[in-house]
Parts: sequence; C-alpha cells; structure tokens
Amino acid sequence: MKAFTQFSGTAAALEGRNVDTDQIIPARFLKKNRAAGYGEYLFHDLRRDAATQAPTSFVLNLPLFQHATILVADHNFGCGSSREGAVYTLADFGFRAVLAPSFGDIFYSNCLKNGLLPIRLDDSILSTLRALITDTATRSGKNMQIDIDLQSCTVNWTGLDQPIEFTIDPFWRECLLKGVDEVALTLSYQSEITAFEQKHYASRPWLTA
Amino acid sequence: MNENSTGKQTNNQAPRNNKPRSLFEKVWDQHVVLARDEGPSLLYIDRHLIHEGSFHAFNQLRERGLPLRNPKQIFGVADHYVPTVSRRTSDCATPEIEDMVLRFDQNMKWSGIPHFGLTHPNQGIVHVVGPEQGISLPGSTIVCSDSHTSTHGALGAIAFGIGQSESMHVMSTQTLWQTKPKSMRVVIDGRPGSGVSGKDIILHIISKLGTDGAVGYAVEYAGSAIAFLGLDDRFTMCNMTIEAGARFGIIAPDEQVFEYLKGRPYAPQGQAWVAAVQSWRELPSDPGAHFDRTLQIDATQIAPTVTWGTSPDAALPINAVVPDPDSMTDSNARQSAQAALQYMGLKPGTPLSGIKIDRIFIGSCTNSRLADLSSAAAVLKGKKAVIPGIIVPGSMPVKRAAEALGLDKIFIAAGLEWREPGCSMCVGVNGDLAMTGERVASTSNRNFVGRQGVGVRTHLVSPAMAAAAALTGHLTDVRELT
Repeated sequence: MKAFTQFSGTAAALEGRNVDTDQIIPARFLKKNRAAGYGEYLFHDLRRDAATQAPTSFVLNLPLFQHATILVADHNFGCGSSREGAVYTLADFGFRAVLAPSFGDIFYSNCLKNGLLPIRLDDSILSTLRALITDTATRSGKNMQIDIDLQSCTVNWTGLDQPIEFTIDPFWRECLLKGVDEVALTLSYQSEITAFEQKHYASRPWLTA
Repeated sequence: MNENSTGKQTNNQAPRNNKPRSLFEKVWDQHVVLARDEGPSLLYIDRHLIHEGSFHAFNQLRERGLPLRNPKQIFGVADHYVPTVSRRTSDCATPEIEDMVLRFDQNMKWSGIPHFGLTHPNQGIVHVVGPEQGISLPGSTIVCSDSHTSTHGALGAIAFGIGQSESMHVMSTQTLWQTKPKSMRVVIDGRPGSGVSGKDIILHIISKLGTDGAVGYAVEYAGSAIAFLGLDDRFTMCNMTIEAGARFGIIAPDEQVFEYLKGRPYAPQGQAWVAAVQSWRELPSDPGAHFDRTLQIDATQIAPTVTWGTSPDAALPINAVVPDPDSMTDSNARQSAQAALQYMGLKPGTPLSGIKIDRIFIGSCTNSRLADLSSAAAVLKGKKAVIPGIIVPGSMPVKRAAEALGLDKIFIAAGLEWREPGCSMCVGVNGDLAMTGERVASTSNRNFVGRQGVGVRTHLVSPAMAAAAALTGHLTDVRELT
C-alpha cells in the first residue's frame, strides 16, 4: 500500500449528509478491472445531466476544483454498499484524504486499505471549513490548501491559530505511515493462526468446513 | 511494525472474571487470535462468502502470487450479475455482464472454492444460500464482500460486510484485523399486528435511529417480539441493520433457529449436531450484560411502513402523509428532505397511501424467502395486478418450495412475472432496472438516488405491501385489502 505521511493539497467542499457509495460510483461501473482506472466514474451521475450527459455545476466540474486532492464532506460519508470501487474512484481521481464528521463503517475500512486517509473531525469545524472553501472560491476565485500531517495527526489551513488534531487508531496510523503490507504482516503470525485454528476446531468441531 | 505501535499481544479467548457478556461478545471472544492493548484484534473467520464482484480480490491474489489458506471455508455464489429470465449466460443483458458471470466461474475453478454457479440446483442470493445450506451457523464468524452480510446474524453469528482488499486478506490468512464495535441493544416488545412484518419493524427502527445512528455499533435485537417473528422476518431485520449504519445485526439463536438448520446440507450431523446445539444454547446474552446503548420499541404500535425519500430512514406509517421540509427545525434534515422530495417528485402533505406506483419488485436478500413470497401471494390470490412487476425468489430451493405451494401460479395469474433467483432489481447490475421517472414499490433495502435506474424513484415496502400496491396501482395499506 502507498504510504501516507504528510500531504498538502487542494480542498473541495461537498455538501450533503449521507452521501452513499451509489452516488460516489454507480453500481454499473463496477465491472472494470482496477488497472483500467476508476477515476472517470467518480460521482458520475451527479457530474452529468441524465438526459444530455452535459457537465453539471457539481463542485468537481468547476475549474477551481477539477484537480482537488482533499475532499471535505459531511456526516456519514460513504454509507451504504461495501463496494471498494467507491474508494478506487476517489483515489484514481486523485484524492488522498477525505475529511468528514463520520463515515460509513465499511467505507472507512476500505479507505485504510488503499492509502486514502479518512479523517474524522468535529461537525462544527468541518461546516466552517466547507463554508470557507466555498467563500474563498466565490470571493477571490482561489482554492484553499490543506496540510495534513499523519505523524503528528494534525490538519492545518490558512486562518487557523494552530493546527487541529485528529484521532485515528494507532494500528492503522502505523500501517498508513509505513505503507505496511497488511497481508504480509498477518502472515508473520502464521504460527499463531495455525495454533488458534487447531484449538478452535478441537473445541468446536462442527465448524470445520 | 514495531511493538510500540502494535501494543502488547495476548491470546485471550477466555471470558474475563465471569463478567456477564453479550451474545456478540461471546462469539467475538471465541474468535480472537491476537488481542492488543488497544486497536484492532486479529479475528478468525469461519466462513467467507463471495460473489461475482470478487474478481478484484482474485486479481490481487494472482498479482501477488498468494495462495488461498483454505478454499473449503470459502463459498462462491453467483447472484449479482446473473440473468433472472433464464439460467443461460447468453441471456445476460450485455456481453460485459455475461463476462462477469463467466469470470466468476473461472475464478472458482482456479481456486477450488465450492461454487453455487448459475446452473447449480441450489444457486441463489448469497445471503439466502448461506443460511439455507447450513453454511452459516450460530456462533460463527461470517464475512462477505457485501454490506448486507449482517443478514446471517439472525442465526446468532457475527456476520459483516467487507471490501475486496479485506476479502483478499481473508482468502490468504483466514483472519481480519477488526476493532470491536460498540454495543447496542434494540428491545422490541409485544406482538406485531396483522399485516406487519419484519420489514415494517426494521424500517420503523431505522427511521428512529437514522442512517448513521448505529455507525460503529453491533446491534442485538431482543425482546418479546422476536419469538413472534419467523426466521425469515429476522433475516430481514438483521439484513437492513446496515441501513442504520451498523455493520452487524445479531439475534440470539433459539429453538426456531435449531429447527431451521437441522439437516441442512452443510450443517453438522449426528453427534456433532448434538454438541453444536448444546454449545449454541450458551450463546444468548447473559442477564446484566452491558450495552453501550439501548433502544426500546413497542411492536404493537408499528403499522405497515413505507419510505418516502432517498434514504432508508425516510420511513413513515402508510397512514401518514409526505412530511413538510419547512416544518423541520434541523437545517440539515430540511435540506435533505427538500432534495429527496424533488427527486421523488412528491409534495408535502400528500397521503402516502395515494402515491401512484408504476411497477413492483418483490425479491432481494431482504425479502425473497418463502415467508416473504407467501405473504405476497396471500394478498394477490385470485386477484389481478394493475401494474407490472417481477417476483424474484431468493434461491432455487425457495423457488421450488414456492412452486410446490402453487405460489407461482398465483403470481402469474395476477399478471406478474415469476423469475429465476438473483439480486435483480435491488442493485440492478444484471440489467433488471426500471425506466427513468418510474416509481417502484420495492421489497429491497435501498431507496438511494438512481439505485434502480437513473431517475427511478424507489419506495421500500414489505412483500405484502408491494402486493397491495400491485393490486391498486398506488401505495396501499394492506390491512384494508384483507
């Protein structure tokens, strides 16, 4: 997995709670091999008019945000289906991090396996940040940069007195920082797994497949 | 990884200090390979179910040259992309969809995984097949790369949806790093009224919790109502637990569960069965077990429930009206409701029971089992539907059982289509979709924007309510038809 240590990038604000994985990537695009690239399907049906396929005014269609790499979203982002394609499409579009007050549980896990950093922050901080991103774009025609440091677990942007801390489980933080190969890590416990398995099936033989 | 980051490791499967434990905790403790002072534990996985979407996991395995740890603990079921008009891959909606079914066959052959393919006599939807074949058992851990894996929790298992990377991890290690979720108990008391099914109860619960109300939790359903509910209703409830944000739904196994599983093809037999049941009787939560959160529900007060919006928590009793966003004090709720009503083409104050329906769908891992089909047939018997619809049984055994009862004849005589098993219109990836602008009364689990086709409007309902809508052409209180 691609390691994540520090990253600075352009933020895009996405309004709306409960953005489900069907919105992130409609199910009909899940047949492609990952190698073919998933980026073009991101928010497909929100970015195109259903009848004409012409681009809509969706945030990622705006020139200022076409190359955004950090998504600032709302509650329960990535709820719904377990499709990992939702993470593939965000990553292949260029996103390296998603900031939201809460995430769908499976989506959050899928992010961790793909080097896409999910950051949970308070609702009030993020609603202010989303408004700031939008205001900055409207007033000055500029986008905003966000600095993320996974080592210190902080995020920062212009206008803050000091960086804001976020929490992430230390295990997953370490995996991301080092780009740990999780399967290789688990296979290093092969003997423990085998010992467990023998005991498990000895006491519960009916579970033997 | 260094020791600092991963913490002290222990191999702790034993109950601690005889502290009362919940059903979930008991099953969890029995599967911990490695526990750390904090963060995730390495959890042993007994059963791994896969479907056509697994090609990502197989691609990763092949690229890395990783062997499968035990193919016999994995079960392949073709369901998402299969045609429901026949059992021929040539009837797949497009060559690309056909390719998904064929690739799955090839991956199953390559890996030696037991496979319920398109023409297998026991093929069906993975979450119907697992319990039906006795693959899913009480006290086991079950994963599948599908969010509705929570379904299997109705047998008293820890069952949860995972992604493709996690699936690949399970294939190669038979384990997963998992953080123990918080615990919630939903206590449902009283006998549900007539015309009220597990679907109505779970839609009601989701409307109380909200779509993110149970994020980070494992939800145990308990209370006196459970005993009144057949297993098929319990599957429906655990199935939709993910729609409140929880990855896990679980119900204590009882005699009904043991009766259901006895003699199933993969269920233990003979002495092993006796030992298993004895062990399973120990699983229910101990009196005094701790739950981080408890929700109390009065089953007697639940009416047939339908959704009006674009998330499953937008559910109300059939005798209610479309809510008015302007009356909502929370600005987020107001904005969501406004957007939902615009997409759904509904006006505030409209009686839900008057909403015109274009098509019905009875099926999906939520509502395609025999009790579901029987309740729909009871409404449709001897009557004619005024709108089109398809009925897609959850598995070949369900299909055969329904046909043995003559349910297929009732559906066909009503003017509805009786199809072959698959996920069908729930997710639509096999090409079973409604047309843009159509409004569907659907027994599936998600009313998301575009889920059943671009611009299609979905109302989630029980099978009996879908049948009622088929007869009248609008959402209808099934209690008024009988």
